[in-house]
Amino acid sequence: MRHLIDISDLSVLEIDELIDTANDIIQNPESYREKCKYKKIATLFFEPSTRTRLSFEAAMLELGGSVLGFSEAASSSAAKGESISDTVRVVSNYADIIAMRHFKEGAPMAASLKSCVPIINAGDGGHNHPTQTLTDLLTIKREMSRTDNLTIGLCGDLKFGRTVHSLINAMIRYDNIKFVFISPPELKLPDYIKNDVLDKKQIPYEEFTSVEDAISKLDILYMTRVQKERFFNEADYERLKDSCILNCEKLKLAKDNMIILHPLPRVNEITTDVDDDPRACYFKQAMYGKYIRMALILKLLEVE
Amino acid sequence: MNIDSIKNGLVIDHIKAGKSMQIYHYLNLENLDCQVAIIKNASSQRMGKKDIIKIDAELDIDFDALGYIDPGITVNVIKNGEKVNKLHPDLPDTITDIIKCSNPRCITSVEQEIHHIFKLTDKANGVYRCMYCESLPKISQ
Repeated sequence: MRHLIDISDLSVLEIDELIDTANDIIQNPESYREKCKYKKIATLFFEPSTRTRLSFEAAMLELGGSVLGFSEAASSSAAKGESISDTVRVVSNYADIIAMRHFKEGAPMAASLKSCVPIINAGDGGHNHPTQTLTDLLTIKREMSRTDNLTIGLCGDLKFGRTVHSLINAMIRYDNIKFVFISPPELKLPDYIKNDVLDKKQIPYEEFTSVEDAISKLDILYMTRVQKERFFNEADYERLKDSCILNCEKLKLAKDNMIILHPLPRVNEITTDVDDDPRACYFKQAMYGKYIRMALILKLLEVE
Repeated sequence: MNIDSIKNGLVIDHIKAGKSMQIYHYLNLENLDCQVAIIKNASSQRMGKKDIIKIDAELDIDFDALGYIDPGITVNVIKNGEKVNKLHPDLPDTITDIIKCSNPRCITSVEQEIHHIFKLTDKANGVYRCMYCESLPKISQ
């Protein structure tokens, strides 16, 4: 039995296979409609989500399976003080696979130690979000036709942004990847990622505090939201929330074939006039999320 | 007690001065009814000062965990009054319930009875990270 807790749980070959499966699902959706008939996914979301939860549910429904679960901690036994371990022991009797989002870092890992069905980490606090990374990789592959030889700009909340941490861990396994980090000093990428991941593997990176200084170098601009729920102090959030904003004016400095990604939801970090630019791929990215999750469910349930 | 005359037991040597009580508690030596000697601030040519623990009993202990607490220590195994083995504990791949994760965002801060597990992520520098949240430990000296 396999779980997906961290993107590094999957080899590059396995990720490529998932991308191939997702592409095949996009081409031939009807041949997948009954692949998971009589199978159930439990979506245990202790923290609110729109895209991730609904895309997991849509993925299972499109595979012919069913869905159960909850969408906030208040409507689960966690509100009564039940531990993650107990919740998972119970739910793994009711479902064939579990997608879990939790505000505490490492919660899906703790769940995987007690579960008798595969656990998918659907986001654990500011830590990891591997299925978003799979979504990002599918988008990059489809829109850029490659996952190597890329300069990737990551912009916004690089400190608490779990999608950023997971994407870095995934992209360093491809050849000739360069990173450009754009954030206010308070939201810089944590040192442990720079030291243990990038420096150790001699991956080149630069750091900037404004989008316009960096954008011309980029093949991909990955925007992120400054996440209110990650701050203990509201004053800090208010001070930093407008730090990195992309608008059409700044986009004039970018390459014509650059793509703009965003895990969504967006607040104001990409102005809506950018949506009509052909380089804006974030809504397509959200659509691809369903297909890569279908491919992942098939893999973890070992459905041929 | 003649602390030099262990018949069958262990001599934990080259303990960084001041750390012997941490090892004493980790090994639960207070629960033994054999002779245990703690020598603090003994002279050492190499270390200046060091601590030594002598245990007059054969114990099955987790040498690698000792290596995490103090990577410089040596463990001499004594049988019939003779030193039969000298061990240099290595850094273990994982350590369980020796240190606690101090990250308030980590699941270990709320989950009942969860084991605090740290993994060795950088052997050259002896760096451990929480298995759940990847934070560095805060070690009480």
